Amino acid sequence: MEMTGAQILMECLKEEGVDLIFGYPGGAILHVYDELVRHPDIRHVLVRHEQGAVHAADGYARVTGKPGVVLVTSGPGATNTVTGLATAIMDSIPIVVITGQVPLGMIGNDAFQEADIVGITRSCTKHNYLVKDVKDLQRIVKEAFHIARTGRPGPVLVDFPKDLQLHKAEYLPYDQVKVRSPRATYEGHPGQIKKGWELIKSAKKPLYYVGGGSVLSRASEELKELAYLTKVPVAMTLMGLGAFPGTDDLSLGMLGMHGTYYSNMAINNCDVLVSLGARFDDRVTGKLSEFSKNSKKIHVDIDPANVGKCVMIDVPIVGNVKHVLKEFIKLAQADAKSLPQFQKQIQPWWDQIQEWKTKAPMKYEQDEGAIRAQYAIDMLYQMTGGDAIVTTDVGQHQMWAAQFYHFKEPHRWCTSGGLGTMGFGFPAAIGAQLAFPDKKVICITGDGSIQMNIQELATAVEWKTPVIIAIMNNKFLGMVRQWQELFYDNRYSEVQMEVQPDFVKLAESYGAVGLRATKKSEVKEVIQKALAEKERPVVIDFVTTLEDNVYPMVPAGGAVSDIVLA
Amino acid sequence: MSESQKYHTISVLVENEFGVLARVAGMFAARGFNIDALSVAPTTDAKMSRMTLITHGNELIIEQILKQLNRLIDVIKVVDVSSEECVRTGLMLVKVAPSEADRKRVQESVEKFKGRILDSTDSRNFVLEFVGENEAMESLLKNLQEFNIVEVARTGNIAMQKGKAILASKSEDS
Repeated sequence: MEMTGAQILMECLKEEGVDLIFGYPGGAILHVYDELVRHPDIRHVLVRHEQGAVHAADGYARVTGKPGVVLVTSGPGATNTVTGLATAIMDSIPIVVITGQVPLGMIGNDAFQEADIVGITRSCTKHNYLVKDVKDLQRIVKEAFHIARTGRPGPVLVDFPKDLQLHKAEYLPYDQVKVRSPRATYEGHPGQIKKGWELIKSAKKPLYYVGGGSVLSRASEELKELAYLTKVPVAMTLMGLGAFPGTDDLSLGMLGMHGTYYSNMAINNCDVLVSLGARFDDRVTGKLSEFSKNSKKIHVDIDPANVGKCVMIDVPIVGNVKHVLKEFIKLAQADAKSLPQFQKQIQPWWDQIQEWKTKAPMKYEQDEGAIRAQYAIDMLYQMTGGDAIVTTDVGQHQMWAAQFYHFKEPHRWCTSGGLGTMGFGFPAAIGAQLAFPDKKVICITGDGSIQMNIQELATAVEWKTPVIIAIMNNKFLGMVRQWQELFYDNRYSEVQMEVQPDFVKLAESYGAVGLRATKKSEVKEVIQKALAEKERPVVIDFVTTLEDNVYPMVPAGGAVSDIVLA
Repeated sequence: MSESQKYHTISVLVENEFGVLARVAGMFAARGFNIDALSVAPTTDAKMSRMTLITHGNELIIEQILKQLNRLIDVIKVVDVSSEECVRTGLMLVKVAPSEADRKRVQESVEKFKGRILDSTDSRNFVLEFVGENEAMESLLKNLQEFNIVEVARTGNIAMQKGKAILASKSEDS
């Protein structure tokens, strides 16, 4: 059947199972928006800024595992997606962004609202396309979704010139459309897996180092099974949180710059380090030359380029974490008889870890009257039973949320780990809430971060999403201030926001609920009120202690053993 | 270049689409790798182009370069053709403006190094052509210095595996 480009796009989206897109119309995408009217089965969320659209699609993708979809116009509409794309590629999140473009014949003429978005986004997409012939459109859109979710996921952009949106082409049955496939190895090499298992068995001080790849590959059940079989301690990266229950006895909590003392000590003192979908990021390793010097390293990763990029690996296993763990489990079960001996062999390691835990448990100062951000987050955790979807922005509140909101399950934690994007949390929360209308969604944020995408309050009100926006308001760009205090001799440079809106009135002006807590005694009450709200977003302004620091802290560029406890 | 750094010649089979060169060059720039020389031309299959690039780095860097090239969707196949199992050659044009006394010796030199004089229409300037591997060109240039080199244009290596091995495409339609 012959269809216009705009129609073909809609049909492809439906073939891909898309029922929700985030977008913002404009001149060069008008034909597509006109077609959208005829497809009520695709809900369109009109955001207030294109950056918000990409973060919302990102939040949707993180909690569902399905690609998030964005539709925007050319020029500024397209360039506003760049931060969202860069955020998504750093954390391997599948997103498909469709941008309008000026008509094909005008490209290169500096036409109105023209931007070379394919050029601009080349390094922040997994792949991108400029449609040059409507006959290619079906293949390109199908391929875009396929690439976004295959192997190591990531964002893909399709630039769609305005004239082609009306050009006609034959629409083929979807399964007849041939696409290229990105190289991806899912099954790990059996020999390498065997080698890895032998190495684990020989360990006296083993550690599972769990990253975002364990979440993306939905490996939680396998991870739990292997961990319970072997009783090996589990430490998670910021991106890995939730892959293994943070409340489990085998969990050492979060690794890295602001991770627990005991997980950091464990990673630096282990003799066999098993990386499961983590990438030896600088926030985990600290100074590379000092990192985990005495361990043999097993690295399971679907992206071969991650293996051996930062540290030398003894047993590389290229594959999907879930698949590889299944094989490890089989080997462990076959070795069931020797497992009690193995557990005995690693008991002294557990004793050592217990000592570290006793020396520096995760805790925060309890104040009488003032609100510590950690306390507010702890209360959010307790009052939601650890069952909420939590998104964050970037800074101190992000680290405190990672430290004190313990996830039992994956896909409930949305944070910009790689790029560290302020302004991510709130739109991501809207995306997550639209994916799971019945779940409680909380955006833990700061007074700096929330102002980077606060315009989305209108979107949240319009869509009746009862997202809770919990602002840890210390009237500072807290993390930058902390670094200036610790590493620049207290010289505060541009970290104090002297003028800030009245967040309660601001919320109310949008038709949202505004609440404020200024004393510790008010915290539970406002959270209770917020949790009771079913239709409107709630902004809670937690007026917190001003100059609190996040600890533990491994100073940037320092060795993990340089960890500062307080 | 330090001891552990070596020149590598890498052949890359890519989709013959616009923007592929930018993707490859952009990846090198974004990750801080070097391209010392690069040549691109279509293959007998109009859907594919072949790139040959010369880069340098230690083993880890070369491994990363090969892996990062493989991550690009438009890249079909990557082979490090630096080994003994490959032949490499390139083209160099050199313009020299020798002194009157040296002019005759230019002819001798060109013959010695199996080159050609492509242009001698101006009696003071000559365009010379040489074919050979990158490394050989370096030493050749040193030898030509006495003739007052005024301009050099080089392609860098292109390369091919010896014997029956070919840089074939993979079949990947799904």
